[in-house]
Amino acid sequence: MSEIVIAPINFSNPELIEKILSELKKYLPYKINLQPLQIDLNFAYSIERGQYYSTKIIQHLLPFSENINGKFLALLEVDLFIPVFTYVFGEAQLNGKVSIVSLTRLHEEFYSGISDEKLLIERSVKEILHELGHNFGLIHCKDWDCVMHSSLGIEEVDIKGIDYCSNCKRMIRL
Amino acid sequence: MEKKHRILVVDDEEIVRQSLLAWFKEDGYEVDTAENADAALRLFEKGKYSLILLDIKMPGMSGMDLLVKLKEYDPDAIIILITAYASVSSAVKALKSGAYDYITKPIDPDELSHIVEKALYQKNLENENVKLKESIDEISKPDNLIGESHQMKEIYSLINTVAQTDTTVLILGESGTGKELVAKAIHLNSKRKYFPLVTVNCGALPESLLESELFGHEKGAFTGAHYRRKGKFEMANGGTIFLDEIGTISNKVQVELLRVIETKQFTRVGGSETISSDFRVIAATNENLDELVKEGVFREDLYYRLNVFTIHIPPLRERIEDIPLLANYFLKKFTTSMNKKITGISDEAMSFMLKYRWPGNVRELENAIERAVVVCRTDKIQLEDLPFRISNNSLYSEVEDKSLSEVEKRHIALVLKENNWNISKSADDLKIDRVTLYNKIKKYGLRKPE
Repeated sequence: MSEIVIAPINFSNPELIEKILSELKKYLPYKINLQPLQIDLNFAYSIERGQYYSTKIIQHLLPFSENINGKFLALLEVDLFIPVFTYVFGEAQLNGKVSIVSLTRLHEEFYSGISDEKLLIERSVKEILHELGHNFGLIHCKDWDCVMHSSLGIEEVDIKGIDYCSNCKRMIRL
Repeated sequence: MEKKHRILVVDDEEIVRQSLLAWFKEDGYEVDTAENADAALRLFEKGKYSLILLDIKMPGMSGMDLLVKLKEYDPDAIIILITAYASVSSAVKALKSGAYDYITKPIDPDELSHIVEKALYQKNLENENVKLKESIDEISKPDNLIGESHQMKEIYSLINTVAQTDTTVLILGESGTGKELVAKAIHLNSKRKYFPLVTVNCGALPESLLESELFGHEKGAFTGAHYRRKGKFEMANGGTIFLDEIGTISNKVQVELLRVIETKQFTRVGGSETISSDFRVIAATNENLDELVKEGVFREDLYYRLNVFTIHIPPLRERIEDIPLLANYFLKKFTTSMNKKITGISDEAMSFMLKYRWPGNVRELENAIERAVVVCRTDKIQLEDLPFRISNNSLYSEVEDKSLSEVEKRHIALVLKENNWNISKSADDLKIDRVTLYNKIKKYGLRKPE
């Protein structure tokens, strides 16, 4: 594997993306390329739920990953769901190429109304590493210090560690 | 390695099936999906699932009906119902039908994970509890051993300790104390319990046959060896070999035994192939091995190799508080097998049994109770139902002169009395020939009463 492509979709804040990428590089020994995309996501929108169906978005992004010798992760600013769940922070193809992460529920404003960019970057990096971990074939880790620990609420995103534990690292040869 | 839980997702909507499949896979579960009740039943019959997520509303058999059916197959199955249409009545109905819990779509991922983890955790606890109880029952009270005396409790403790290891054990004790039962308890409480416990009575076989018995033989190794035969060490592979009456084996077999215990390798009699076997050795004897070593009859190196962990079973006379327990145990055993209605043992009979010295130990007590059950004509074992050796208390317990000749004299007198001085019958009972009996009658000055 030679690269990881981060694709912000319809993103309005390029500075934030730069900061997230800069932080992300500390944890991944791979070449990280930025590939902003403008895509009409209406096909994945659910009027009933006011959210975007993440699995459909992943399916839609598969062609974009075809020429990439590595992993493809899309960053979105829309709220994601899969039909059986109320929401998801992101979704990934386990052992696959594509994953997506939504920043909507990683913003502190979503919960307290107070903006906190530092926290947003940290949460974003955690969720990107988490979904990429699934792409690498990792499943949820029991270690709270590991970024692969399952996070079902924002509190759990904040509690878990920002890097892979040694065991997970060993499994993906990081 | 921790065993993965298997989850079955039953839902007619593919989106839901695929979503939950992906979700649980990320959590490290093994997941199967079924689109309807028939497919679910087929999968359920084939595989054991830790948990089933079941949609209530499905075409054909409903989730609620499937729940009832699955519970008939396996009452312990953990089933969580999912529905898009929540109502109190359906929730109550689901729980009454045996569902573990009930969640509504769209599911809060936090709620789902929480319910699933809680259910599996609870199930694991239940399973561990059952296992723990089983292991405690098995280990703390070997069911083949009876006795609550402090000596026996100490033996149970030693059994529990040594069973967890692969240490060679030497069991010492008089005949009839239950050495083989202790060996069996060690084996059954060890990790080797699913492999054979092979017993060899070393005292019952001459040297040449014992070698063949222990190590096996090749076809034609000696006259009568028509077939290749596996030896006991080979048969005990993975398990335990119990060498009873170890004090009786010849020096030649002692040398071979020492080598086999050390190397776990041997060759069959008449063979050249080296055979390896993974066995644990438990040996037993009623002889004083220390003395045999001093006399040069038993090899010192073998003695130390066997005597790594010693369990000494006290004679029954040294733990008389176990006598009522054992007597009642055997009483129950024999009244059940003989279908006799005997409810207990009279005070008089019990009192005599407590005073008796039981030279044949537990085995003798068992035989005495068996005999008493056969002859008993009332609802309780009476003194007269016990074999004469026991009922005549004066024979052992009140003998002042404990010299062997005095005991022999009294015993012969009793046997003669019991047989109305029928010499042949008495000689048979005493397992001596008639001439010897005459000589002893003469020696002790015994006379037939007028």
